[in-house]
Parts: sequence; C-alpha cells; structure tokens
Amino acid sequence: MHATLCDIVTDIVQNSIEAGASQVTLEISTNPEKIEICIGDNGKGMDKATLERAFEPFYSEAGKHDHRRVGLGLPLLKQTAEATGGAVDIQSEPGKGTIVRFHVSAHHWDTPPLGNLTMTVLGLMSFRSGYNLTVTRRTPQDSYQVSRSELIEALGNLEEAGTLILAKEFLESQENELDRSRE
Amino acid sequence: MAKLTLDALRKLREEQQKTMVMRDPSNKDTQVIVGMGTCGIAAGAKDVFNTILEVLEAKNVTHVRVTQTGCMGLCHSEPTVEVIVPGMPVVIYGNVKKDIAKQIVQEHVIEKKLLDNHICDKPAMDIIRK
Repeated sequence: MHATLCDIVTDIVQNSIEAGASQVTLEISTNPEKIEICIGDNGKGMDKATLERAFEPFYSEAGKHDHRRVGLGLPLLKQTAEATGGAVDIQSEPGKGTIVRFHVSAHHWDTPPLGNLTMTVLGLMSFRSGYNLTVTRRTPQDSYQVSRSELIEALGNLEEAGTLILAKEFLESQENELDRSRE
Repeated sequence: MAKLTLDALRKLREEQQKTMVMRDPSNKDTQVIVGMGTCGIAAGAKDVFNTILEVLEAKNVTHVRVTQTGCMGLCHSEPTVEVIVPGMPVVIYGNVKKDIAKQIVQEHVIEKKLLDNHICDKPAMDIIRK
C-alpha cells in the first residue's frame, strides 16, 4: 500500500516515461486547503477503450510488461483521491499524450502526507531513458521550476553518485526556500 | 541551506570534478540499479535508493552510476537492486533493506565481494534487452 502522495506521483510519472514520452511535466501545488498535482506527457496516449479501463485494478495495457502486470497505480490514486475528499481526472489522446490531474483535501485525516519530494524528484530524474521532466512546485507564497535537462546541462549527467548528490542538494535548497517563505 | 542557483550548481560540480581526478576512477563502469516499480515503492525502494547514495557519498565513491528502473519482474522480492561491476557476475539482490543496501555498497561495490545470502536472481528474461 502506498504511504505517501509522492509514491503515487512516482507511479504516474513512470507510466509517462514508459509510454515513450520525451517531455513529462509534473506540477505540485500545495495550500492549506488542497494538494493539487498534474502530470502531463507527450507519450503515445490511450485510446477510448484503454482509457475506460485505466482505473480498473490489475489492468495493464497489453504488451507493456510480458508476464509482469501490476496495474494498481491508477486504481490506488483514485481510491486515495476519493477517500480524502478529492478527485482525479485523466485526459488522453492516442499519438498526443496524457494528462492526469488530481487533488486531495489537505486537512482530511486520511490524506497521506506529501512525502519526501526532493528524493522523489531526484529519483524521477534518474531513470535510464531519454526524456525531459520539468517539475513546477507552487505554494501561495512562492514557486520554483526545475528540469532534468537543466540539471544535466549543469552537472554533465544524472547517473553518477556524485552528480546525484549535488542534484539532491540543489533540489533540497529549492524546497527549503519554499518552507522559509511560508514562515 | 541557501537556495542554490544553476550557476552555483555548475561551480560545485567543477570543484567536485577537480577532486575526483585525483581519486581512483576504477568504479567508473560500476552501475547500481534500484527497482522502482509499484511493488518496489510499496516495499520501501526509495529508502534503499537514499541509503545507497548516502553511503556512496560518505565513502567518497562518486564515479558509480546509480539509476532507477521499473519493475524487474521480481515483485515477490522487492526492494531489488541490480549491481553491475566489471569483472563480476551481474546479480540482483532481493529483499534489500537499508542495512543490506549499506553492505552492497561496502562489500560488493567497494570490496568486490558478492553478498551470497542476498542474491535473488539474474534479470528476468523478458526484460533483458537484446
């Protein structure tokens, strides 16, 4: 069972990368009332029949993983969103991509914590694939945006332990600044 | 920590590279791959990824490549970590918790010794890239 919203975010962004997206966007907005997350991609998209089954537990698109189908990412997202006073919406078009939007109530007692966003973003940027991920983080007081391509340009790569550690420090400093602006 | 800019990040990287030139680059082709599918995440793979990075940093072993991948087909043994060290068999460790992750870095990556009791498998046949 997923314990944090970041776990759900990791699942959904992975779906985008596995759908062959070259551009993935992750937007996370938090305020005292709501946590809103939007994940968009320019991957292969889903046709109507697949989209209708997307929230079905254990359904995974044919051919995605031979002999290995978990198919719980979106069902767990739906369960979490609806159990906490939120909602989820998916729009998708074959050949164009997919957008997954969801929000949860920030003060519902069942709402999972956001989790360790720094390490989640770092992990999402270190998959072995040719894609760009742009992360936008917003609070009512401040915001920041960082992309995988910018980090690779600054560091040379996001594969070596040394560059990952520096990237982690960079991402942590952005989140810490958001925390300071809230005080 | 003050908010870092990309320019500051570039400078930190340049300083790091100057230091790395003086170190033994023998880990350059070593890869550590952490499984981060739904199953891995639920089993605690993120903690494993964090721990591996922390230990590598503490040991000043910065050439090693650390990446993530999706489900490797070993959901029953998550978290899983694949380790590729030139000259050694490619192995997947299963049921990796933080203490095992530390051992993987110290014993397999640095000391070049397999952790026989924690080896799970080779990569699943359907995901071996041809």
